[in-house]
Amino acid sequence: MAELNVGDQVPALNVTPDKYLPHRYAGASGDFNPIHIDREFANQVGLPSNILHGLYSMGLVARANAALAGGDPRALKRLSVQFRGMGMPEQEIVVSGTIKSVDGDRVVVDTVATQGETAIIKNAEAEVEL
Amino acid sequence: MTLKTDAIGREWPASTYQVGREKIKEYANALGIDNPVHFDVEAARAAGYRDVVAPPMFTVVYSGPALGPVLFDPEVGMNFAAMVHGGQEFEWGEPVCSGDEIATTPKCLEIYEKDGKGFYVFETTSVNQDGEQVVRAVWTNIVRGV
Repeated sequence: MAELNVGDQVPALNVTPDKYLPHRYAGASGDFNPIHIDREFANQVGLPSNILHGLYSMGLVARANAALAGGDPRALKRLSVQFRGMGMPEQEIVVSGTIKSVDGDRVVVDTVATQGETAIIKNAEAEVEL
Repeated sequence: MTLKTDAIGREWPASTYQVGREKIKEYANALGIDNPVHFDVEAARAAGYRDVVAPPMFTVVYSGPALGPVLFDPEVGMNFAAMVHGGQEFEWGEPVCSGDEIATTPKCLEIYEKDGKGFYVFETTSVNQDGEQVVRAVWTNIVRGV
């Protein structure tokens, strides 16, 4: 693949989780917290709708970074994130990143995941072996 | 108000998880990951894995449930109802494949108060059946209004 340099943008990942994605992710991950799968419960605790699992959104950040190495699951060495705004089903998520440093075949990517104007994951830092 | 900090430095017993092909497939499908090494044992072996390999973030499937009971431990004393997941870090080692048995040990790293919020920082360390570390995770939970 083309050489990556500090400041380069990495290819963005665009995903729109459908209405039932939080249910499938709950089954896959084992996290059945009702704020993710029960709209009425979410409304009762003051949320506009059931919200995405933060670790699902982090999973998309991981997927976007592993894609730099052709999706090789060994490539992603480290990922740290901060969860911020809440992610909602049925709205497009855009994961975008910039190369922060390059050391031999290892790159560090500054990544963010947004829905519209809302950053749902901030200050994500991924270390990827190319 | 003073936060209860008795649990700092405490470790809890490891819990184990048996990794299977169908669970890896289910996780990869939920994330929209389509690399055949997560679905097809021949493709996984051709890529140098002993069996179908898990995506890195599959780690939540075995380390999340290992940490879960710790969050409710009375010694930790965390107000779960006011908790949000503030930050997360994973550092991966040996890949996780179907057939692996993963043992995850939770530990409390820090409990502190900042800007009127309680910060609870836990670590989970997961090793496979050969004693090789597969992931180290740091979980930061924030409790509002302590």
